[in-house]
Amino acid sequence: MRIGTFLRPALVLLLLALVLRPDWFVPLFAPLAPVGGPVIYARSSLLSLSLSHLGLVAAATAAATLIAVSLAILVTRPAGAAFRPLSRTITNMGQTFPPVAVLALAVPALGFGAGPTLVALFLYGLLPIFENSVAALTSLPPATMEAARGMGLNRRQRLWQVELPLALPVMLTGIRLSAVISLGTATIGSTVAARTLGEVIIAGLLTSNTAYVLQGGLIVGLFAVLIYDALVQLEKRLSRQTSS
Amino acid sequence: MIEIDHLTKVYGSATAVDDVTLTAQSGTITAIVGTSGSGKTTLLRMINRLEEPTSGEVRINGETTTDVKPYVLRRRIGYAIQGHGLFPHHTVGRNIGAVPRLLGWPREKIRARVDELLDLFSLDPAEFRDRYPAELSGGQQQRVGVARALASRPDLLLMDEPFGALDPIIRARAQDDLRRIQRTLGSTIMLVTHDMEEAIRLGDHVAVMDGGRLVQYAPPAEIVARPATPFVADMVGDVDRPLRLLSLIPAAEVAEDGAAEGEALPRNASLRDALSACLRTGREAVPVQREEGGPGRATLAAIRARAELPE
Ligand SMILES: Nc1ncnc2c1ncn2[C@@H]1O[C@H](COP(=O)(O)OP(=O)(O)OP(=O)(O)O)[C@@H](O)[C@H]1O
Ligand SMILES: [Mg+2]
Repeated sequence: MRIGTFLRPALVLLLLALVLRPDWFVPLFAPLAPVGGPVIYARSSLLSLSLSHLGLVAAATAAATLIAVSLAILVTRPAGAAFRPLSRTITNMGQTFPPVAVLALAVPALGFGAGPTLVALFLYGLLPIFENSVAALTSLPPATMEAARGMGLNRRQRLWQVELPLALPVMLTGIRLSAVISLGTATIGSTVAARTLGEVIIAGLLTSNTAYVLQGGLIVGLFAVLIYDALVQLEKRLSRQTSS
Repeated sequence: MIEIDHLTKVYGSATAVDDVTLTAQSGTITAIVGTSGSGKTTLLRMINRLEEPTSGEVRINGETTTDVKPYVLRRRIGYAIQGHGLFPHHTVGRNIGAVPRLLGWPREKIRARVDELLDLFSLDPAEFRDRYPAELSGGQQQRVGVARALASRPDLLLMDEPFGALDPIIRARAQDDLRRIQRTLGSTIMLVTHDMEEAIRLGDHVAVMDGGRLVQYAPPAEIVARPATPFVADMVGDVDRPLRLLSLIPAAEVAEDGAAEGEALPRNASLRDALSACLRTGREAVPVQREEGGPGRATLAAIRARAELPE
């Protein structure tokens, strides 16, 4: 906690510097670049790559959240319980199918660019959100649910006023896992011409420029750490009230 | 008036409630008492249709409960569940105001009602209104649970062991509070307990359940004086029965004209109090106040006569 109060701003500043002022790091990365080669990736701005990377992850995670949570709500109603095994199988398949394979298969249908990456991230992100949402919605305190029914809340009111708020912290854990996995996985999107920070890493690999690889990797890593941390803080705040 | 008509609930091969019939008058407290697993909770939950009966029906003021949607029915019936069941993500104030909010009461009225109820249960509104249930003791949570059931002033209240987690002193006070509230509002209460002492203290009628069956349904004095089965006698506690009986009879009832030494008993004292006063002071009689006819006295002989149980 005390470490966090210093470390967090320090990491934010480091990330901002890496993205906005990469020139500052020339002395640091120069030894890793090939002799006479470029040290800092300059083919496109790191800021625009970062924004596009984050945008892809946000869109995929939002879509995965919407579908996974809706599915979880559906299969935890009495009428939908029969579909639970089937939807488990589907979301599990989404996770076991390697994202690279999804990209390869999606390109013929969707063409190069952001499309196939979105599909891959979306499929890959479904499982943790779905599993956590189902777990949260099926393990609500029975006495609270009984009281909600007993005082005359109808099904919809119980869902919105009691079940979802109580399940939210555990659902958020699933969303956090999904978002962080997507942040890393999005880098391979650059193999099919999606604009992500993977572009920097791949350029480094192709030209044996370790400086590029490190820059791309550091930025993605810092985004992952900071977003993970922010969501953990949010969960903590939410579950402080609901834990009894 | 609550009419429970041949109500039965079967789970698989087990019969939780077995053909129970009883009628509770409006404005009275019916205490349902029995050992664990005797079907008390199941019986209660069938009244507000949290459980659908296997057979039989319930009528409230002549109207069959299956005539309205379950959630509409439940909004009219207060329900304090076994183990408070508070919403952990809502403050105490929001918990108590839950049903009034459902019924669309204006905000100011809800707020006033919440504070009124907190006061009634000896919880300082300023201190407790904005706390979360996790920040309360077990006994405080339970009192908030009961307050929530009372919030919309329902005509009918179902309470499942509402005072189970309270220590004897707070429990006695909560029972007195409930009795007072019930008398002033004239509400009808069905209260489940496994404590015969509580049932006798609170109930206008006591329903004794054993293995899903209703074995006796009678006013407390009759339960104590004439237990219908050995099981009921056992619940009452054979040794204490004379004392239990005395605690149900007002001292004024046996008062005769005449004077006695010592301080007079208060007007609402029971014969048990009178006996205790006699023993404590070593006298043969104690002065008692009467509603009419001025002060009189209760003699040990008169008390003893009333404590005799029919064989
Ligand atoms: N949903 C259920 N499915 C199967 N059996 C049940 C169910 N609910 C209750 N029972 C059984 O019905 C019987 C009566 O249960 P009930 O909860 O009414 O008892 P109780 O008198 O309230 O007991 P306690 O004092 O312990 O609360 C018990 O044997 C219980 O196991
Ligand atoms: Mg019970």
